[in-house]
Amino acid sequence: MAMLEVEDLNVRFYTDDGVVRATNDLSYRIEAGERFGVVGESGAGKSVTSLALMRLIDEPGVIESGEIRFKGENILEMDDEEMRSLRGNEIAMIFQDAGTALNPSYTVGEQISEAIRYHLDLDEAAARERAIETLESVGIPSAAERYGDYPHEFSGGMQQRVVIAIALSCDPDLIIADEPTTALDVTIEAQILELLEEVATEYDTAIQLITHDLGVVAEFCDRVMVMYAGHPVEMAPVEDVYYDPQHPYTVGLMSSIPRIGDDRERLQTIPGRMPDLIEMPPGCNFHPRCPYAEESCTRVEPRLVDVETGEPADPINSDAQTAACLAHTGELDGELDYEVTVRGEDGPAESGPASGSPGVTDR
Amino acid sequence: MSLQRFVLKRGLITVPLLLGISLLTFGMVHAIPGDPIDFITLFTELDPQTEMEIRAEYGLDQPVYIQYIDWVTSAATGDFGRSIITRDPVTSEIMERLPYTLVMGIMAFGVTLVTAIPTGVIAAYYRDTKIDQASRVFALLGIAVPNFLLGLLLLLVFASWLDLFPILPPTSKGILSYDMLVYTLLPAITIGTGSTALLMRLMRSSMVEELDKDYVRTARAKGLPERTVVQKHVLRNSLISVVTVAAIQVAFIISGSVVVEIVFSYPGIGRLLVNRVGNRDFPVIQAIVLLIGVAVILANFVADVLYAYLDPRIRY
Repeated sequence: MAMLEVEDLNVRFYTDDGVVRATNDLSYRIEAGERFGVVGESGAGKSVTSLALMRLIDEPGVIESGEIRFKGENILEMDDEEMRSLRGNEIAMIFQDAGTALNPSYTVGEQISEAIRYHLDLDEAAARERAIETLESVGIPSAAERYGDYPHEFSGGMQQRVVIAIALSCDPDLIIADEPTTALDVTIEAQILELLEEVATEYDTAIQLITHDLGVVAEFCDRVMVMYAGHPVEMAPVEDVYYDPQHPYTVGLMSSIPRIGDDRERLQTIPGRMPDLIEMPPGCNFHPRCPYAEESCTRVEPRLVDVETGEPADPINSDAQTAACLAHTGELDGELDYEVTVRGEDGPAESGPASGSPGVTDR
Repeated sequence: MSLQRFVLKRGLITVPLLLGISLLTFGMVHAIPGDPIDFITLFTELDPQTEMEIRAEYGLDQPVYIQYIDWVTSAATGDFGRSIITRDPVTSEIMERLPYTLVMGIMAFGVTLVTAIPTGVIAAYYRDTKIDQASRVFALLGIAVPNFLLGLLLLLVFASWLDLFPILPPTSKGILSYDMLVYTLLPAITIGTGSTALLMRLMRSSMVEELDKDYVRTARAKGLPERTVVQKHVLRNSLISVVTVAAIQVAFIISGSVVVEIVFSYPGIGRLLVNRVGNRDFPVIQAIVLLIGVAVILANFVADVLYAYLDPRIRY
């Protein structure tokens, strides 16, 4: 049994314009200590997925069906009290924009220690001490003095460190990091990712990293799920996705990243935009934008299948590379006609995708 | 900047403000048409000799700026001269009535805060429900009904029909007597209703805005109970804008007391002011107007300090 198992999760938003299908039969798992990436464009359902894990989806959103099992227990069946004892304690969250995620009128120290006091039942002094230790571990210099400072007295990168400290403060088993570096500039982004990697190892914490940046996933994650319009379109160990992507959308995402040593004049973009989640196109949701789409793609909705066997995927029990494209079930007449080239001096074998830079070219 | 330094700096600013208020008060009172001499002598014809003597007695023969300096310097020591009408020292006339107005004002402000903030919070938390709509209707009525009308209605219903209060204040028992305090509730509610309505809606909109902010989600994600999230995180930030307006309401409460004291025959300084304006009793008018000005300045000072206390970003 994995630490976290999400099975057939359906989240719907009942808006005045119609029902938004934010996630559709989403299933995945995260093992203890694992780093799991969730990638996709804005609106793909990444953030909704993570808020669902915390049961923090606001009106008019509802988790309509499915199970979210954390350590074997379905959190969707817990009462509010049980859920609260999980939040911030065993499952913690790092938010996108630290500037707004922190309360401007309390000191950062108080914002860290309040969760500690609440969950770990420590007194004021002990909680303070633990908060200062946590601040130190996320690399805030002279943490004891800065304990009493307010968020506006910190820079953006330091604020993000504070948000990470809040997440770490009760030593959670799972951290959901929702685009933790989007609001930061590139050098700070690298520092924050390094920090996350460090503390995840040190605290032995699993991380669900949500991002739209495949480069970040390559550096950071063990496995990755690519989401499109609320569906998982590809799920696999990170190397497989990078060296052998099996879904046209993944390929599109990868060829829109600039790479060092790249001699392309223009980056490729995926034409069109993500469909309206209220009125999804029939068949494969991606077909209006897919260069390989055929007539059958407009009719048949592809299931997530094992790309080797074409059998339906079992994302909760298996590590196999899976993708949701008719090409893998033999229902496509043509083939996914692209080739992945790996540049750089290192081979793909052990060095990992971070240093070798895979690129994708259409033939 | 620490809070102490902020308070000190903000305190220093009140000094020129106080001077300005005193100048305005003095200037405005002297711009009222009508010669005080006429009111002192009850419009009798005087020979120039007697008129000069009376003018000299009240310092009215001096140039205006000398009159101002004399007035300010003695006012600073608490001496506002003697009433032209009653010949009593102004200070003692005011001190006799001030406790009544103070108690009524504090009660009015208390009623305002105690009702406006919780109802505003509830309306925000249950926004767009029946509760919210009811509060909206109440707010509209509260702002629209003028003080004097509300006062008369309350007297009619609670004093005349229901006989819960006497119609006239039991003044002889003194302000701190139980009967007087109970009676004071009526004018206090009358004055406070408008402010309550306004602050309640402000509290509601401020709270609705704060509830949507990201830090609320952070607080929930920490696993804090909903009560703590609202009372500790949201309320404090929502109060920031409410506090400023609440302080301005102090000014409205003070000025509202003038009309309401007349409706309720209430023995406070508001009624004194209205009586003496009719008689051009300059020393009394000046003293009361100055007092009201000082009260408003103080209220604003307190508001700014509270503001800085609630929102650390203000201190910079």
